Amino acid sequence: MNPVAAKQPRGMKKSSKTNRAFLLKLELRSHPTLLCVIRGALEPLMDMLGFSAEHTRAIIRAVDEAVANIMRHSYHGRLDQPIEVYCNRLQRRANGEPEQGVEILLFDCGLAVDTTKLPARSLDEIRPGGLGLHIIRGSMDTVEYKRAGRLNRLRLVKYAHPSKGECGSPEENLS
Amino acid sequence: MKISSRKLDKATILDVSGNIDMSNSPEVRKALLHEIREKGVTRVVLNLTGVAYIDSSGVASLVEGLKASRESGSRFVLFGLNESPREVLKISRLLKLFEVYDDEAQAMAS
Repeated sequence: MNPVAAKQPRGMKKSSKTNRAFLLKLELRSHPTLLCVIRGALEPLMDMLGFSAEHTRAIIRAVDEAVANIMRHSYHGRLDQPIEVYCNRLQRRANGEPEQGVEILLFDCGLAVDTTKLPARSLDEIRPGGLGLHIIRGSMDTVEYKRAGRLNRLRLVKYAHPSKGECGSPEENLS
Repeated sequence: MKISSRKLDKATILDVSGNIDMSNSPEVRKALLHEIREKGVTRVVLNLTGVAYIDSSGVASLVEGLKASRESGSRFVLFGLNESPREVLKISRLLKLFEVYDDEAQAMAS
């Protein structure tokens, strides 16, 4: 099947999910073969934002797992449902120094997620499955889920924690 | 992603290339369990040199292979882990569970 040929649900189309300017917006269907497209899009963006290779891998890993969780748990394996990914630049001051970061928002219009029932197993167990949440939490600085109207919204944040001069300014990187 | 197998001494080496994620991890699982459970190979060696990325479903397939090998009394060995697969196994606290070697020669000599 062509994963991008499905009809856009009304709720996702009309909803105003973010008022801020975003660096990148991806709209995709809930088809696992599209996971590689997300990974491929994020890598150069994180590089542009000045993240180290290690942090870039962490961010890609978290977003990939989050989207896979949407496909698996929110849409229960249906292949033609909408997912939107927004990437925004963040900046904060840490110890008087500016610190660059990225905020990634993921939206889907699947069933509300009961976070208490998500399969996150103890890492001491040796069995397959239930690792996705651990990987997301272990890779990002902030992981927040909320139900926003008919949508599930997952917010992921990662800061670069740069040594001085490691992370270029947005102006430099975007020029 | 591609998986091919070859025999070397009494071992079967599975060469995997490409990324392992939710879209194709069942193929890895199937290949591992076929060698371990159906063919009864005493040593299965997974070559991950050509794998740049593994997600949690891929890790789950490796864990299934490991459990199947323990149940059948065979050995399941990994080699050639790139940075990202190594990191995801570390985050999952599973890296120490696997026999991991740098290259094929080490894996076969083990």
